[in-house]
Amino acid sequence: MISEAKPILLRVEGASVAFGGQTVLDRVDLTVASGRIVTVVGPNGAGKSTLLRLALGLVVPASGSVFRAPAVVGYVPQRLNVERILPLSVHRFLAMAVPEVVPSRRLDEALGQLGAGHVLRRQVAELSGGELQRVLLARAVLRRPGLLVLDEPVGGVDMAAQAEIYDLIANLAHRDGVGVLMVSHDLHVVMAATDDVVCLNRHVCCAGHPEAVGRHPEYLALFGPKAAGSLAIYTHAHDHGHLADGSVLPLGDGHQHGPDCRHG
Amino acid sequence: MDEFLLRAVSAGIGLALVAGPLGCFVVWRRMAYFGDALAHAALLGIVAGLLLGTAPIFGVVGVCVAAALILAGLQADRRLSSDAVLGILAHGALALGLVLLSGMERVRVDLMGWLFGDILAVSWADAVLVWGGAVLVLALLRLHWRALVAMAVDEDLARVEGHDVGRARLVLMLLVAVAVAAAMKVVGVMLVTAMLVIPAAAARRLARTPEQMAVFASAAGVAAVAAGLAGSWRYDTPSGPSIVVAAVALFVLSRLLPQRN
Repeated sequence: MISEAKPILLRVEGASVAFGGQTVLDRVDLTVASGRIVTVVGPNGAGKSTLLRLALGLVVPASGSVFRAPAVVGYVPQRLNVERILPLSVHRFLAMAVPEVVPSRRLDEALGQLGAGHVLRRQVAELSGGELQRVLLARAVLRRPGLLVLDEPVGGVDMAAQAEIYDLIANLAHRDGVGVLMVSHDLHVVMAATDDVVCLNRHVCCAGHPEAVGRHPEYLALFGPKAAGSLAIYTHAHDHGHLADGSVLPLGDGHQHGPDCRHG
Repeated sequence: MDEFLLRAVSAGIGLALVAGPLGCFVVWRRMAYFGDALAHAALLGIVAGLLLGTAPIFGVVGVCVAAALILAGLQADRRLSSDAVLGILAHGALALGLVLLSGMERVRVDLMGWLFGDILAVSWADAVLVWGGAVLVLALLRLHWRALVAMAVDEDLARVEGHDVGRARLVLMLLVAVAVAAAMKVVGVMLVTAMLVIPAAAARRLARTPEQMAVFASAAGVAAVAAGLAGSWRYDTPSGPSIVVAAVALFVLSRLLPQRN
């Protein structure tokens, strides 16, 4: 790999977010560069979705800063509720994602890539959870984004297809140079292709490169040999625990503050 | 046809044309209670108009627009559920309007007319006002259509894709406020939301795109106005409720059609 400096697409610096006096994010730092995949992991209520919404400019930080390069953004929200009373075909929903008129062939391609070519004429409100997820991904890809922001991109998608979707995301990043920021619901299973993992629990507990351990026989059995390269166990040592409210609980010798640590 | 009936039909059709697309957004975005709240608050506008010595319709438009702005502000603050906010505003304003109205001894107001509409009493000036407003509302809807539809699907996605969601939301609230004020004259406070919701719901079965639903809703509204007024004329029934009954009949008929996809 050539070690040239990749352009920064997103930089969050010391950003805090509070809702109604409750701190949801505490002095969070995050950088996404072109061609890099950054995965955010953490327990429920850790502020993962809020961090993504902050990155997208949908939430304003109380303090700190968010820099976003002028790139096209593709966003896959955690869930989307389309009322049944809104007549909206998948075709139209996809076409809405881009300002110009898109040829149907391109819509077909985008859906086909995600194994959802058959739903083009269906109504959005009638899709299953997994189908809707694929349509949302196709829609984000259709925008030819510079930055992809994905909130649990494989939620509700069957196991066999999950690995394919992760491969597609890895291709977009490493072949086309798309910067990817995504949330993974699962603390243990993240992509081998993930370049940086951010462990979040209101503050950034730790961040760094995942260790690929994807040769586990149980994972091979579960996902098949093709998926072995895509899935890995992310292991790292925590030097602190968390109380039920998310505050830091020192373990052993207590939390060893790193050079960048600004909490506690 | 008598002239007053002609006036009534023309004002009713003007209103129905606007209520179609606006009503679609009301059902897509679950704003039915919002429309209802504005209609209730509008009674306060009648009192305001009387106190200021202007035509009641100006008071109604003013109060509806003010209420829409207050609601937009309150809904940004998520500590109160919007249901509760709407309930407080709707019934608070309605009650205040009735209390103030009872204190104005020297003014005689046709309360039943405002509550249930009196389309047969519209003047040519009213009809011109309705049509002028209708053209303005349709033009604004056309201008903001892409953003409004994107927002109806999902506000976050719309914002990420570069639509000015804040402005579109404000435009929609103000347009609904204007339509509610106009519809009060036709069907009255109690039935205003019906003119928005029922034709849109009746149009759903036939529509495959948002645009089709908007156009079919306008058509359903025009048909309901025509049928309701004809029935009212023939059987001497109150005009506003007759229009709403016709709209409901159209909705029931639409349910008998197979769903188009």
